[in-house]
Amino acid sequence: MSYTIKQISIFAENKPGRLAAIAEVLESENINILAFSIAEASGFGVVRALVDAPEKAFKKLSELGYVVSTTDVIGVKMQDRPGGLKEISRMLGDAGINIEYAYAYSGRPHAILILRVDQVEDAIKAILGKGGQLLARDELA
Amino acid sequence: MIYLKYWDPRIEEMSTADIEALQFKLLKTLVYRLYSFSDFYRARMKGSNVHPDDIRSLDDIVKLPFMYKKDLRDHYPDKMFIGGQEDLVRYHVSSGTTGKPTVVGYTQKDLDNWSTSVARGLTSVGLGRKDVMQVSYGYGLFTGGLGLHYGAEKIGATVVPASVGNTERQIELIQDLKVTAIACTPSYMVHMAEVAEKMGIDINRDTKLRTAILGAEPWTEKMRARIEKSTGIKAYDIYGTSELSGPLFTECSEQNGIHIWGDLAYVEVIDPETGERLGPGERGELAITMLQKEALPMIRYRIGDVASFDDSECACGRAHLRISRIQGRVDDMLIIRGINVFPSQVEFTLMSIPELGEHFQIVVDRQGALDTMLVRVELKNAQPFSDKLDDLLRLKGKVAHLLKNSLNVAVDVELVSPGTLARFEGKAKRVVDRRVL
Repeated sequence: MSYTIKQISIFAENKPGRLAAIAEVLESENINILAFSIAEASGFGVVRALVDAPEKAFKKLSELGYVVSTTDVIGVKMQDRPGGLKEISRMLGDAGINIEYAYAYSGRPHAILILRVDQVEDAIKAILGKGGQLLARDELA
Repeated sequence: MIYLKYWDPRIEEMSTADIEALQFKLLKTLVYRLYSFSDFYRARMKGSNVHPDDIRSLDDIVKLPFMYKKDLRDHYPDKMFIGGQEDLVRYHVSSGTTGKPTVVGYTQKDLDNWSTSVARGLTSVGLGRKDVMQVSYGYGLFTGGLGLHYGAEKIGATVVPASVGNTERQIELIQDLKVTAIACTPSYMVHMAEVAEKMGIDINRDTKLRTAILGAEPWTEKMRARIEKSTGIKAYDIYGTSELSGPLFTECSEQNGIHIWGDLAYVEVIDPETGERLGPGERGELAITMLQKEALPMIRYRIGDVASFDDSECACGRAHLRISRIQGRVDDMLIIRGINVFPSQVEFTLMSIPELGEHFQIVVDRQGALDTMLVRVELKNAQPFSDKLDDLLRLKGKVAHLLKNSLNVAVDVELVSPGTLARFEGKAKRVVDRRVL
């Protein structure tokens, strides 16, 4: 089972309508967005999204001229209760793995924490080794 | 002998000191002649409070007033000419894209000097009697066709006066007549190479074409590399404009600047704002004095072309100074916080950064008393992009740093998605100046 998940990242100027344009492309391809975040710097940002068909999204956005890339991330299933985040982040901290960025969504039965870490394979081992649960790639589609 | 090193050794082998001595003599004669026979220039000299006796050295040329394209338009068609129609053997007329056309008249000596200038240039790139030259510049009122035609005939080359158009036929002629050299615009050269390829003709393998004399429009080193690589042709830059006679000056075999024959022309590069002279390597507006023109003398004529000069010795052995490739038009120049900035400099810098696309825009504004310059540039499409903000910020910082180094002005940079900036048919309008002065 593969636990590395393809996140798509899209460069976008920080302008009204840019996110809508991207979302519209995904809608027209019938691609569902499971989670997303916007990282913002002066004047531009990066839209990061977890979608049910990352290859298709990447292909379509590239064709339309977007600057887009895919990045390996992991999705950690957290207990949706106080202390859930602490458990996961401690596992990674103990294993010496650094989180570059993260975003989360709260769903049932789990909350999902999406992590971009510096050592993906080590992070997967660390979490599974300590009894944590990861979102499998197949669960997205 | 079929191969010459120099067309005109007496002139081409002159030392810098001898060239300058000759230039001073010619300048002195020119100024007296204009003062005596040109109502226009005498009035202008009087307006600047300068008399021919004040020209006591070559550097005194800075005392003389400039001439402008507008002067030619204001004196349409022939009111600036010296002498009468009976002295003229030809007219050329430049197209009037920005107003009235300009008319240039030539005496027989003017034509001789023009073709001699071209003959020296063609000889300096190794052309001669053994060559067949296809002239694919327009023939007619435009100076390109006839200018190259007479120069090529002078060196004894066999001329194919093809003019422009009918590219497939031109390529057939290049094959059938064993053409070795061509003169045309760089964009026509690129077009011709593409058409040849479609016809299944490899210029390098299937023709004898080895030399191209390209000019009459701005082009770049990148274009030269592309032309030379795809065709195996050596491409040389040629410079001139109808007011100066026509195409006059070329690069030599060194391909390192355009030699300006010192007996025919005196070159200055000036700051377009102040009119002050600039030194070697500094970019500014060309002001050219034609030292021997009879019918339509030009003194310190401000063409509006931007270039720099190099007066160091050329490896070809000629001391006649060289100007750079034309790097833009003064009309495009921006003054940002008192510093002259040419959009071509911005373009050149951006093109050296692989992560960027080819489209950019310059937005100039004013905040309080301070000019601001923003360069918006598209990222290159379809290239791996890091989704880390740090990397993008680093790229942005790199672009700003390289622009600052090249322009001497601090610049704000905005990275934008491919396809965001407006596209232009023909000449791109890359500058938005929002300053209200």
